Amino acid sequence: MAEEKKIKVLTGNEACAEGALAAGMRFYAGYPITPSSEVAEVLAEELPRLGGVFIQMEDEIASMGAIIGASLAGTKAMTATSGPGFSLMQENIGFAAMAEVPCVVVNVMRGGPSTGLPTLPAQADVMQARWGTHGDHAIIVLAPFSVAETFDLTVRAFNLSEQYRTPVILLLDEIIGHVNERVTIVDPGSLEIFNRIVPSDPPDQYKPYRHTESGVPPMIAYGEGYRFHVTGLAHDETGFPTNSAAEIGRMLERHHRKVEQARDHIVQVDPFMMEDAEIGIVAYGSTARSARHAVRLARETGKRVGLLRLKTLWPFADEEIRSYIGQVKSWIVPEMNLGQMAHEVEWALAGSAPVTRLNKVNGDPISPPEIYQIIPG
Amino acid sequence: MFNYESYLRLDKFPLIWCSGCGDGIVLKSMIRAIDKLGLSKDDVCMVSGIGCSSRLTGYVDFNTLHTTHGRALTFATGIKMAKPRLHVIVVTGDGDATAIGGNHYIHAARRNIDITVILFNNFIYGMTGGQVSPCTPKGKRASTAPYGNFENAFNISGLAQAAGASFVARATVYNAVQLEKLIQRAIERKGFSLVEVLSPCPTAYGRRNREGTPVDMILQQKETTVSVAAAEKMSAEELEGKIITGVLTDVERPECREEYQKLIDSFRKEG
Repeated sequence: MAEEKKIKVLTGNEACAEGALAAGMRFYAGYPITPSSEVAEVLAEELPRLGGVFIQMEDEIASMGAIIGASLAGTKAMTATSGPGFSLMQENIGFAAMAEVPCVVVNVMRGGPSTGLPTLPAQADVMQARWGTHGDHAIIVLAPFSVAETFDLTVRAFNLSEQYRTPVILLLDEIIGHVNERVTIVDPGSLEIFNRIVPSDPPDQYKPYRHTESGVPPMIAYGEGYRFHVTGLAHDETGFPTNSAAEIGRMLERHHRKVEQARDHIVQVDPFMMEDAEIGIVAYGSTARSARHAVRLARETGKRVGLLRLKTLWPFADEEIRSYIGQVKSWIVPEMNLGQMAHEVEWALAGSAPVTRLNKVNGDPISPPEIYQIIPG
Repeated sequence: MFNYESYLRLDKFPLIWCSGCGDGIVLKSMIRAIDKLGLSKDDVCMVSGIGCSSRLTGYVDFNTLHTTHGRALTFATGIKMAKPRLHVIVVTGDGDATAIGGNHYIHAARRNIDITVILFNNFIYGMTGGQVSPCTPKGKRASTAPYGNFENAFNISGLAQAAGASFVARATVYNAVQLEKLIQRAIERKGFSLVEVLSPCPTAYGRRNREGTPVDMILQQKETTVSVAAAEKMSAEELEGKIITGVLTDVERPECREEYQKLIDSFRKEG
């Protein structure tokens, strides 16, 4: 059967909603906030048509709780928000990490801190996405740079979330959320969709947090005859609270291992003109668009510069960056924050090449000439 | 003899509750109510927040979820909306539901979503050592109200009534027979239903307020409560300091998930 394709002109927020539906998301809970509200608006219209559930909750804390509940009941679930709302979600994001509940959290980044710049772009939540909730936890964070890629990475966010039983955060920024672009929507049937692995054990032998080789325990929904316990307290394989240091250590180690040992699958970068680059730019999200433009301008003047674009922000693409040691003599990291990712790049390079930061937090996007101007040579 | 064992995860015993705590009476009343209704254990999903009473979910053989502080109703809302065939019961305390979770509490009642809330009101934060709660009566002492509580207490049931709950009842552990019946009726009633149970905390509240032994505290419930029927015949002065028990609200109102289902079904017909 031929693949059915249709072309649509969508904003990033709309593409995110479409991608989620294509991935099989059938439960959305959220709270209005600029610049993410269109995700909710599209889904409020579409979900009941598909037999799914849309509910506007009383705040972002409740939204996060509701999607965890829905996911435990067996439905793929997500929420979308922006900076202040993302801060409110952090406690329950930690619960999802601890209880290993698949779910997708979309944060359309705007300028902060606090109420900040509701209608203007930023990339200020890179570290909040990694470390926003208390305690050590593994997390997966993706950041698309176009509307089309927003669709793709939303599908991927659900797949990774289901495959690794972990919350996945999708970081858009206001520009990606609101820009209109052409998207080729493929037939959902042709998409690769991963659904959580269900247990093969009978109910009396089921351990919801079994220590498997992959680190990912099979997961069954509530109400399917298994009657298990889920808690945010430190627990053992059976899901019940434990004070055993050995059990607690084993569980937390597995949480990290399941993501770390799959990092080659999870981490994606998109190298652009990096083959012979002596100057490398590391960028993500809408800033990567300016960076790509700057690379083209610089190439016209004969500068050997390339862009290593991060599609996965966490786990961090340290190995991918290190693979250019020796070839790339210096790096530039432009970001709409005060150097949240530049710090990681410096850490990955460990002094082997200089890193120039280009930071902007006034709500103006970083333009191609701004990047072009600081490309050396 | 009623067989509680088949509803309990006995390997998780002993309970963390102190001796003399009223919560065990609520647990047993709840189990009897569920048994009377003949609900399958597989179809009951019990969700709790944080606190002494919220530890209950670890001890009962249902689909159980022990969430974050104050948020049980948000998780429960997600479960009920996603899988409406489950009987969703939330177990929570006065601090959990009306302080940190107050917003979720009134909104779940406003939506009139089919969730039954068993709210253990012990007037105090027991697990953290006796701090003042929004339900600590004025003048009573707590570790963070060492000179007596200077704030007004919430009327938990009144809050749910005002917000639009279908069923609201107040009960005591003193009258466990009534408690069981009220829980049964709460589960039966479609929509948001609340049973506020006064459950004494001798350790963190009683001791500090010289309320006597656990038995004294339970007997005191008999003295301080009046039934809805009796209250109707009493003057405002006579009701001063009294707590009204029994069914406070029982009405049929459109239920949230069913209303949403109508929307889904309208598209099915269209398609």
